[in-house]
Amino acid sequence: MRFCCLTVLLLSGVVGISQNCDYILSGAVLDAHDGSPLSEATLVIAGLEIETTSDINGAFSIPNLCKRTYAIQVYHQDCSAKGYTVKVDGNTSKTFKLEHHLEELNEITVKGEKKGKTKTIIESKLSNKQLEEYSGSTLGDALNSISGVSSLNTGNAIIKPLINGLHSSRVVIINNGVRMEDQEWGAEHAPNIDINTAGSLTLIKGAGALQYGGDAVGGIVISEAPRIQVKDSIFGKTIINGASNGRGGSLSSQLTKSHNNGWYASLQGTIKRFGDYESPNYILSNTGIFERNASFRTGLNKFNYGFEGYYSFFKNEIGILRASHIGGAQDQVNAINSSVPLIIEDFTYNINAPKQEVAHHLVRFSGFKKFEKLGKLNAQYNFQRNNRLEFDIRRGDDADKASLDLELDTHTFSLDLESNSYKNTTVKAGILLGYQKNFANPNTGVRRLIPDYEKTDVGVYSTANHDINASWSVEAGVRFDYTLMDVLKFYRTSFWESRNYDVLFPELVIKDFGTQVLTNPELTFSTVSATSGISYSINEHHKFYFNYSLASRPPNPSELFSEGLHHSASRIELGDLTFAQEMAHKFALTFQKQEEVFNFSINPYINTINDFIVIEPTRIQQTIRGNFQVWEYRQTNAQLLGVDLDASLQLTNNLSFNHQFSIVKGYDRTRDIPLINIPAANTKNEITYENEKLNHLKIGLQSEYVFEQNEFPNTNFEVFIPETGNSELVDLSTPPAAYHLINLKSNIDFKLSKTSLLNMGLKITNVFDTSYRNYLNRLRYYADDLGRNINLTLKINY
Amino acid sequence: MKTFKLMPLLFTLTLLLFNCSNDDDNTTDDEPVVVNEEEVITTLTVVLTPNGGGDVITLETKDLDGDGPNDPEVTISGNFAENTTYGGVITLLNETVSPAENITEEVEEESNEHQFFYTIENGLNVMTSYNNFDDNNNPLGTRFNLTTGVASTGGLTFTLRHEPKKPNDGTLSDAGGETDISATFNTTIE
Repeated sequence: MRFCCLTVLLLSGVVGISQNCDYILSGAVLDAHDGSPLSEATLVIAGLEIETTSDINGAFSIPNLCKRTYAIQVYHQDCSAKGYTVKVDGNTSKTFKLEHHLEELNEITVKGEKKGKTKTIIESKLSNKQLEEYSGSTLGDALNSISGVSSLNTGNAIIKPLINGLHSSRVVIINNGVRMEDQEWGAEHAPNIDINTAGSLTLIKGAGALQYGGDAVGGIVISEAPRIQVKDSIFGKTIINGASNGRGGSLSSQLTKSHNNGWYASLQGTIKRFGDYESPNYILSNTGIFERNASFRTGLNKFNYGFEGYYSFFKNEIGILRASHIGGAQDQVNAINSSVPLIIEDFTYNINAPKQEVAHHLVRFSGFKKFEKLGKLNAQYNFQRNNRLEFDIRRGDDADKASLDLELDTHTFSLDLESNSYKNTTVKAGILLGYQKNFANPNTGVRRLIPDYEKTDVGVYSTANHDINASWSVEAGVRFDYTLMDVLKFYRTSFWESRNYDVLFPELVIKDFGTQVLTNPELTFSTVSATSGISYSINEHHKFYFNYSLASRPPNPSELFSEGLHHSASRIELGDLTFAQEMAHKFALTFQKQEEVFNFSINPYINTINDFIVIEPTRIQQTIRGNFQVWEYRQTNAQLLGVDLDASLQLTNNLSFNHQFSIVKGYDRTRDIPLINIPAANTKNEITYENEKLNHLKIGLQSEYVFEQNEFPNTNFEVFIPETGNSELVDLSTPPAAYHLINLKSNIDFKLSKTSLLNMGLKITNVFDTSYRNYLNRLRYYADDLGRNINLTLKINY
Repeated sequence: MKTFKLMPLLFTLTLLLFNCSNDDDNTTDDEPVVVNEEEVITTLTVVLTPNGGGDVITLETKDLDGDGPNDPEVTISGNFAENTTYGGVITLLNETVSPAENITEEVEEESNEHQFFYTIENGLNVMTSYNNFDDNNNPLGTRFNLTTGVASTGGLTFTLRHEPKKPNDGTLSDAGGETDISATFNTTIE
């Protein structure tokens, strides 16, 4: 909305005659609801590039104005922007009132307003304040607090967001305007983002935001840097976090300098260190974390143009539960049948193999320019380097050598144009060029899990939205992508022949090494994705959205090229060279009620995915190490149906109640069986006491109930146990029982000085130290999940 | 407005960067190096020599494609004689590299972290005992004795565990650790 207004005002232009120009326009910006002053509101005089910011009392003053009529745009972080026409004749005083959204009312501010990324899909947003609670945890933990989002975990540190039942390559993560290319294909590869760099997180459940990609079958997570106001200021914050579970903590600090000429710079860093975590009854040996992150950005932000340079570095060392590293099916039987992990050692901060070491560099240059007749043009170049090392337990000279060493470099250049609103229509269009190169270091002494490849992408998109009248608006968009993958892959000759590739693709072989062949597949994918939808405001409080999106996702390198033993899963994984792209049709409906006492939104959806790529067990492979289960990727037709529900009720002035419920069902329609790893139904209920007068004291008691997943495919298999001479069933599929956790959180502010504020937060998760296992934790076979955790956070703003 | 002049400069710079890195990345022409698995054990050979003469029995399992689709090839040179004690020697090889690498040496060097287990199916009249030990005098088992009883048949399983609990009660379930090898031979005593 702000943008629309701004551009309308820009277009309207102002004609003035040069004359006596030393008048002052002064006044205040107030909250339209209660008349309280709004600080840091920005006032822009259209066409003149004059801008100013209101002070702590909401007051502002604009000098050197002439006697004439000015168009002024006023905006504030928490408000809808508003345009005014002001006649200046002598020193003039004026009060501007803005509609201030009560952002703290909901745990999650459901944003259906027009300033969202899409117009017809409901978006969920986590504010800076909400994110600060997760300073010592991960992006996945924070997203988990949104209804319809769960996570696929490997232990307690590798947390991948699962949106409406889908994860990995089906969830696109945008970090500061850059699409993360951090080997997101792996189920045990967590997003390489420091949550402390995010000023806000927006979640779009679906592929509707085509400017970010057409392959977000599950959804899109957008992490945005905090806004920096155009004014002379230096400010910062430091968050110190200590946790009892893991006996560690994190320290994150941020310092920002801004000038009223538009220049700004911001420096941020985080260090996080935890030892072994603990379940209620035992130590989870080798689950420590050591994370170091830093980011820097600087740029110029003017009303009409601006640019920014950004660099971030992320480095993470994560221990993988020692007891989860097992040799074969017989070990698996022992591990699963044991009620406690087979390896429990004393608490330590040391991180040994099996472990991961990941480093991610991100460099971005971006700029924008607003053209009066055209709109806003954005250009961006970014470079990412992701290096992933995985260490297994090895023998002899190789003991300290990584088993996997992949370096993924990605360059992307994009150009986007967002048009001015013309006759209530806004058009966005853009082009993207991408180049990616994966290098698998052969010095590991282990065959490459992901082959060397080069990938080139070209994408173009256009979206448009039109406000028919005050109640109805429509949106539509289309995107084309072309992907070329040039791969150099060594296949085992035995596998190459068993798949009949030697007959189907003899031309791909460029060199024969006897037991292995070097092949050069060149794969191309042309994909179309689209979105369309409507939104309808029934009245001031009730709103209705409907969206259809078509998403197309080319298969990822793991789905195409996996071929061999995956140690962390103790199974042989096989990809398929012949895969085509996945096509998803998602219909989503939202009905929303927003008012002061009772709010709710209900969001049913159906996602039908053709050629859905699923991995499932097919047989047992005998090897000299014993038997292993073989998991093969295959394509099928899948369908996901679900509903997400959010509700909040303001009981009294100080007391509010929040409710969330999500359920999703996933089916393989070709074989008529349930899909694996679909989150179980879950509900969160929270009662919050809040008192502004008592130093913003806030106390919340949350109940989190996760049902038992009752629909799952049978992936059990039998293994021969030489000791008994019998075969024994390996039960990999039965989901763990339902569980109920109680969490407590409290928060209080202390004013240290005029400009600095101390915020203290105490959070206790799993208050009753309940033992439980989570269906979506890949290590659930081997150990219980986390026990009680007492977490103290101190935040100082200065 | 002056600052805006920086924009084309910035873009040129970025395009340059983009192109440069493109030029660097010509590895498609360079052939990647083939990786032969270093630690893989492809072959387990058990040579059993009867004390006081007789036929030497060789049990062998060979899986040249590792965790590839081919099953291991199992060969048994002959049947055991009744009531005989055999001296057993286990050899582990990695035959994916040439010349083949002897993994037994590595296992013996890291004897504290390894142990062989011999599992005898019910019905097979066989007893085993360890013949070599680690630095702490716990069993290692690349050398062992095998004593046969009366005629019978059944599975004889050799399991090599990495990082087992040591000492243990001699069973796999008590020892834990990770399986490096698990090979079953269907043997006959006659």
